[in-house]
Amino acid sequence: MKILVAIKRVIDANVKVRVNADNTGVETANVKMSMNPFCEIAVEEAIRLKEQGVASEVVAVCIGPQQAQETLRTALALGADKAVLVKSDEELESLAVAKVLKNIVEKEEPQMVLLGKQSIDSDNNQTGQMLGALLGWGQGTFASEVKVADGKAQVTREIDGGLETVELTMPAIVTTDLRLNEPRFASLPNIMKAKRKPLEELAVADLGVDIAPRTETLKVANPPARQEGIKVETVAELVDKLKNDAKVI
Amino acid sequence: MTTLVIAEHNNQQAQASTFSTIAAATQLSGDTVVLVAGHNCQAAAEQITKAQGVSKVLLADAEHYAHLLAEDLDRLVVAIAEDYTHILAPASTFGKNFMPRVAALLDVQQISEITAIDSDDVFERPVYAGNAIATVKSNDAKKVITVRATGFDAVAEEGGSAIIESIEAKEASAASSYVGAELTVSERPELTSARVIVSGGRGMGSGENFAMLEALADKLGAAVGASRAAVDAGFVPNDYQVGQTGKIVAPELYIAVGISGAIQHLAGMKDSKVIVAINKDEEAPIFQVADYGLVADLFKVIPELNDAL
Ligand SMILES: Cc1cc2nc3c(=O)[nH]c(=O)nc-3n(C[C@H](O)[C@H](O)[C@H](O)COP(=O)(O)OP(=O)(O)OC[C@H]3O[C@@H](n4cnc5c(N)ncnc54)[C@H](O)[C@@H]3O)c2cc1C
Ligand SMILES: Nc1ncnc2c1ncn2[C@@H]1O[C@H](COP(=O)(O)O)[C@@H](O)[C@H]1O
Repeated sequence: MKILVAIKRVIDANVKVRVNADNTGVETANVKMSMNPFCEIAVEEAIRLKEQGVASEVVAVCIGPQQAQETLRTALALGADKAVLVKSDEELESLAVAKVLKNIVEKEEPQMVLLGKQSIDSDNNQTGQMLGALLGWGQGTFASEVKVADGKAQVTREIDGGLETVELTMPAIVTTDLRLNEPRFASLPNIMKAKRKPLEELAVADLGVDIAPRTETLKVANPPARQEGIKVETVAELVDKLKNDAKVI
Repeated sequence: MTTLVIAEHNNQQAQASTFSTIAAATQLSGDTVVLVAGHNCQAAAEQITKAQGVSKVLLADAEHYAHLLAEDLDRLVVAIAEDYTHILAPASTFGKNFMPRVAALLDVQQISEITAIDSDDVFERPVYAGNAIATVKSNDAKKVITVRATGFDAVAEEGGSAIIESIEAKEASAASSYVGAELTVSERPELTSARVIVSGGRGMGSGENFAMLEALADKLGAAVGASRAAVDAGFVPNDYQVGQTGKIVAPELYIAVGISGAIQHLAGMKDSKVIVAINKDEEAPIFQVADYGLVADLFKVIPELNDAL
């Protein structure tokens, strides 16, 4: 079976993000960009399913600017067989991303689409579920374990109360949580090999998908700052402060 | 204008998140109607009729709603969506799972995890792990929104007298079925609604050492939380994780023990009223958000603290 993995290029998780001067967004100049960490986990899971003989081909897709090529090359170096870049200089909303992915799914006909549970920039946590609804497929979101057998996928999900397992009829959507796996690093020979793997480029405008924005960002501001606290020297002092100043115990 | 709230419940009882979401709904123009879908969930529906600000409770009771699979709930909500201008659900794993499906089927861009309502179409929400707050205007005719419980003070659970109206269930989806669950059983309060939380990080060293924090939690009537590193290391189950991609909490008192204070952790707890940090590294970023910082070895001071309480 073929697996499609959707990956997003985002500001690296280790960058201290700063709101820009005119409060329209965050500083992006000279900021390190990386593959969204949840997407790394999705790529890793797809590759493991291929190594287990469950999947036969892994296709990575990204909707983003020309530079997102680098992110796709990383996926290829990790073990994806083919990549598709849907070029868009504008950042698309999750609904538009889901519609574009649906278009790619119809072309590639995968049995499973793996996505991250959440982009760490927008913190939306929407795209996989939206794609599932648009395709009429079942979904296993926030996955910590994925097992595929007999045309079904068993997905264990991280939920607020603990863990839940669902069984999905294939084709299906899976979105990854942190504990699904630990992504590998790309080796140098694989990075070299990835340069020769196919990377198809499409322009989002050519797909005939409605990507018109539905929301406007009116303002991006710093969160309210916390008042500076104090250091206490002893446990007794701490207990005293909590009892008599803060009055929380 | 009328707002529909999708209740989170366990068939017997509504979750605290439901009452915060109702609170958000009451900040919008018009009435608030609550949908309770489930199986043998009459008790949960009756409980919600008493909540302040609710005008009607819709009850959809069917066997296949017992576990509220997203593939069943989406079509049910879409079938009644016409009557509502706003559809709200808690931004818990429950709401996050099905609401984007509702949004996509209605051709709406969902607004995720709002923390404030500026008007009927303008909302505030944290982005980049809470490093920034975006003010977003939705131009969709219908708004589909998930609500961060810590952003809204829950409505009172008594005093209301809404009516219950039964609605028809939709056909079950064949795409997904429930297999089972392993839920964490605890006598302690639930993390997201606890008044006090004691959280441990990698510095705890092992799962066994968490017993120290549990003892402390029991003295304080607190819930126990953890950083991602503590969960990844297997010290505690996944549902203990506080942070950008775990639970968002805002208790009266949050005690962070052996947690460095990575931005992803802060994202989940920095709206707590009082923060205490116990860490042996005085440079640890957690001290930047702590009201009271104690630079010390946790293995020395946690037993001391237990004795002092
Ligand atoms: C995509 C993504 C999502 C993430 N989501 C989350 C999330 O939701 N929640 C979350 O928590 N993290 C999350 N993280 C991880 C986060 O970046 C940090 O790695 C994590 O929070 C670190 O956990 P920690 O503070 O327990 O460990 P460390 O950073 O290793 O800190 C351990 C601390 O313990 C102290 N310590 C050690 N021994 C003692 C002792 N004896 N006495 C006192 N102090 C001691 C040390 O000084 C140190 O400060 C995420 C990361 C990514 C990339
Ligand atoms: N521009 C994009 N290109 C490819 N995949 C994306 C894009 N945006 C989001 N996704 C996928 O959807 C997941 C969830 O994103 P979000 O709904 O934005 O939080 C990500 O982890 C990706 O797998």
